[in-house]
Amino acid sequence: MSENIFITDAELAGDDADEGPLAGRTVAVKDNISTEGVRTTCGSRMLEEYVPPYDATVVSRLKDAGATIVGKTNMDEFGMGTTTETSYFGSTDNPAAPGHVPGGSSGGSAAAVAAGEADLALGSDTGGSIRCPAAFCGVVGIKPTYGLVSRYGLVAYANSLEQIGPFGSTVEEAAELLDVIAGPDERDATTRQAPDSNASYAAAADGDVDGLSIGVPTELLEGADEGVVDTFWDALADLEEQGAEYHEVSLPSVEHAVEAYYVIAMSEASSNLARFDGVRYGNSGGYEGNWNDAFGRAREEGFGDEVKRRILLGTYALSAGYHDKYYKKAQDARAWVKQDFDQALSSADVLASPTMPVPPFELGESLDDPMQMYLADANTVPVNLADLPAVSVPAGETDGLPVGLQLIGPAFGEQQVIRAASALD
Amino acid sequence: MTAQTVQQGDLVTVIGLEVHVQLETNTKIFCGCPTEPTEEPNENVCPVCLGLPGALPVLNEAAVESAVKIGKAIDADIPEETRFHRKNYYYPDLPKNFQITQYDEPICQHGELEISVEGQRRSVTIERAHLEEDPGSLQHVGGGGGIDSAEYTLVNYNRAGVPLMEIVTAPDFRSPAEVRAFLAELEEVLEYLGVFDAGRDGSLRVDANLSMISAEEADEDGTIGLEALEAANRTEVKNISSHKGAEKALVYEETRQKNAIQRGRAIEQETRHWDESRGITVSMRSKEEEKDYRYFEEADLPPLRVAGWKAEIAIPELPSARRERFQAEYDLSDEAASKLTSTKQVADFYEDVALEYDPDLAATWVADELLGELNYRDMEITDVEGRLEDVHRLVELVAEDEITAKNAKEVVLREMLDDGSDPDAVVEAAGLGKTGEDEVQQAVVEAIEENPDAVADHEAGEGGAINFLVGQVMQKTGGSADPGDVNQLLRAELE
Ligand SMILES: [Zn+2]
Repeated sequence: MSENIFITDAELAGDDADEGPLAGRTVAVKDNISTEGVRTTCGSRMLEEYVPPYDATVVSRLKDAGATIVGKTNMDEFGMGTTTETSYFGSTDNPAAPGHVPGGSSGGSAAAVAAGEADLALGSDTGGSIRCPAAFCGVVGIKPTYGLVSRYGLVAYANSLEQIGPFGSTVEEAAELLDVIAGPDERDATTRQAPDSNASYAAAADGDVDGLSIGVPTELLEGADEGVVDTFWDALADLEEQGAEYHEVSLPSVEHAVEAYYVIAMSEASSNLARFDGVRYGNSGGYEGNWNDAFGRAREEGFGDEVKRRILLGTYALSAGYHDKYYKKAQDARAWVKQDFDQALSSADVLASPTMPVPPFELGESLDDPMQMYLADANTVPVNLADLPAVSVPAGETDGLPVGLQLIGPAFGEQQVIRAASALD
Repeated sequence: MTAQTVQQGDLVTVIGLEVHVQLETNTKIFCGCPTEPTEEPNENVCPVCLGLPGALPVLNEAAVESAVKIGKAIDADIPEETRFHRKNYYYPDLPKNFQITQYDEPICQHGELEISVEGQRRSVTIERAHLEEDPGSLQHVGGGGGIDSAEYTLVNYNRAGVPLMEIVTAPDFRSPAEVRAFLAELEEVLEYLGVFDAGRDGSLRVDANLSMISAEEADEDGTIGLEALEAANRTEVKNISSHKGAEKALVYEETRQKNAIQRGRAIEQETRHWDESRGITVSMRSKEEEKDYRYFEEADLPPLRVAGWKAEIAIPELPSARRERFQAEYDLSDEAASKLTSTKQVADFYEDVALEYDPDLAATWVADELLGELNYRDMEITDVEGRLEDVHRLVELVAEDEITAKNAKEVVLREMLDDGSDPDAVVEAAGLGKTGEDEVQQAVVEAIEENPDAVADHEAGEGGAINFLVGQVMQKTGGSADPGDVNQLLRAELE
C-alpha cells in the first residue's frame, strides 16, 4: 500500500460474521480506537507497542454487526493535526489527490475508503477530524451529536469535544455504519438516547430535500478559497433545483471559535495525556533514578512536537493566574457559539458551509506552520463547540482537488443532515 | 463555634483537619471492581481504575448515597447538583496522573459535628466534605526506603478508585485532645451510618494543619481572626492514621513549635511526616512551592442531580441523639449512656437486653461487666459479634436468679470469653446453679451450731460476726447461694 493508510493490518471479526447488518463488509478503524489484542498506537511512538486488553464499545458493536475489521489506520499523533502528517508512522498520501495530504486527523480512515481498502471506516472528530479528511479524500464522513456514540475505548484527546463517527463512499453507507455504532452505553456516562432512536439513519438517506430550509452562515464563507466557494455554491444550486431553499444566516460568535476550541482542546489534552508516563504501558525508556525525571524522559522521547506543543499550551491555559483569562473565557465563548447555532437553526432545518476553506494541502506544505493548520479548522470546530451533528459530503472539485460540503443540524438531528446530504450523493 | 480559650503561656494552638475516610461500598467509585482488600496485588483492577487509554469513569451512585448520609449527619448543605473536577498532578500511585475529585461544588458544605471534651460539649465547623477516588498504594523496596531513596518502588492499584470522602474542618481545634475527641466522634458517626469500617487498614487518613498564635489575637470567646491565622506559619502534618495517632502527632508538633518559638526561631511553613514508630514528625524537605493543581471540570461525568436525595435517604439515629434518648428512656447516667452508645453494635445490644430485662441490670451487664472484661482482654464488641446471644443468655440467667451475679461475672463470663464456652455449659460444669432453699437453710442451721462463739459475738452486738457466718454458709454451698438471702436467713434463725 503505497499510500501508508494502515499502521497495523488486522483481520478481526465477531463470532457471527455471516449475520448482522454489516455482514460481509470491511471496516477500517482509526488507530485511537481500542482493539483487544491489536496494538492501538494513536499514531504515536509513545504507544508503538501498546496492545489494549479490551475492545472499544464501537468495536464490539462492529463485531456484533458482522463486520470485519481490516486494519488500524494512520492518523495525526493523538488526533492533533489536520493532515495526518504528525503521525510517528509517516504521512499518508491522498488516494483522491496524489501528492496531497488526506486531511486529518482521521486521514488513514478516509483514505482507506477512498482507495477501496475498506468499504467503511471509523474515525473520530474533535474539531473536524472526520469531516476534514472526508472532504479532502472525496468521501462522506459524519460527526455525530456529542453523546450519540460511545467514546468508551477511544483514546481521549479532548474529551468534551470528540465523537467517533463513520466514513463511507455514500451517505447511505456511512449512515448504515452510524446505525450500528449509535446508542447509549453504560460505560460512557455522556451517552444519551436519541429522541427518535427507533428510526434508521440509513433510511433517512432518501435524497428528499423538497421544502428543506438551508441556512448559510456568511462568516463561514469569509476568507475561503475562491474555487472552494464556487464549488460550494454550485452544490447549493443543485440542492435548490431539488426543491430546497436557502438563506443567509449569521453566526457572529464563530470569529472566536478557533481560539476557544484550541484553548479547550489543549487544556483537556494536557490532562488526558498525563497518564502516558511509561509506568503501566507505552514507552518507558527504562530509566533509572528519580520517578519525576523518568516520567519526563519517557514523555520527551515518546511524544512528537505537535503533541508537546499542545500539552504545554494547555497546561499554561489551566494554570493559576491564567485559568480565567484563557480556559474560562474559552468556555464562555463556547456557550456563546452554542447560542448562535440554536438561533440560526431556529430559522433553518440545516446549515451549510464548505467543510474546509481550502482544498487539500500538498504533502509537507503546512507542517512548519501550525497557525495555517489551526486556521483551516475554522468551519469545523464551531460544530464541536456546539456538540452538534454534521456531515461532510463531496460537493465537486476545484482544480482537480476534492471539495466537501458541510451540513450541520440541531442536536440529535442526524436524520435531517443525512437526508440533506444524500441529495448530493 | 463556642470555643474555649486555652492559654498556653502566651500562645494558642490552632489546628484544622483534612480527614480522608474510605467509604464502604461494594464496588469502586468509577468502575465495577470490588473494594474488598485482597492479598494479591493488582487483582481488583480493570481498564478504568488502571487508567488505560480510552477507559471512562462511570459514577457509582452508592458512593454518592453514602456522601449524602454523611451530609445529613453533619447537618450540611447539599446542593441541587453535584459535579466532579480533575485535580492534575503527577505521582506514581495515580493511574491517570489526575485525580477525579470535587472542587467548587462539593456534595457537602457548611456542616458541623458536636464533640465532648472533658465533659464540655462544643461544635466543630465542617467547611466542606467531598467525594474523590483513592489513588493506588506504593511499596518502596530497598535503598533508603523512601520514594526518592528506595532501590525501586512497587505500585498496587487494588486501592485505586476506592471511594473517599475528604472532610475539611475549620481551624476550630485548640488542642490535640480536641482533635482526638473529634476524630473518635466522627468515626463513631460514620460507623453508625454504615458507610465506614474503622477496622480496614488505611480507612482513615488525616492531614492536620497546626500553628501557634499569640493569645492576644484571640477574642474573648477564643475566636481567632482570619488575618492572624494567615499571618502565622503553619505546618501540615501528614501520615496520621488514627485518632490516637493524631493526638500523639499533634502533641509532638505543638511542643516542637512552642520550643522553637521560645528559642526565638521562626516556624517554617512546611509539610511534615508523622513517623508513628519513632513518635516524631519529620520535615519532608520538599521545597514548598504553592501547588497548582489546574482544576477543571471532568467532562466524562455529567452533573448528577441530587436535589431530592437528602429527603429520600434515611439515616439511623446518631450517637448523640441516642445517648440523650438512653438517658431519658432508661434513666441512665450520662456516663453510662455514653459508654452504651460508643458503637452502634454496643447500643443495639444494650437495647436488645434492656427491653427484655431490667434496664439498670442491662446497663451494668453491658457497660460494666461485658465492656470491662472485653477491655481487659484488649477486645472489642466486634470480636464477640457471633457470641452476643450467649451473653444475652447469661444476663437472662442472672435476671431470673438462676445464678449469682458474682458467679456470672467472675466465672461464667470470663470462661465464655477465654474458652469460648457457652453459659449453660459453664454453669452446669461448675455446679453454679443456685442451691435449693432447703439446702441453704440446712447450711444456715449447721453454721450456727458449729460456731457458737460467732453466735455469741453477734448477740453481743458485734457487726462482723454475721459476715463471718454468711461466709461459712457460702462455703458450705460452694458459693452458689445468694449472700443477701443467706444474711436474711441467718438473722431469722438467730432471733
Ligand atoms: Zn476497576
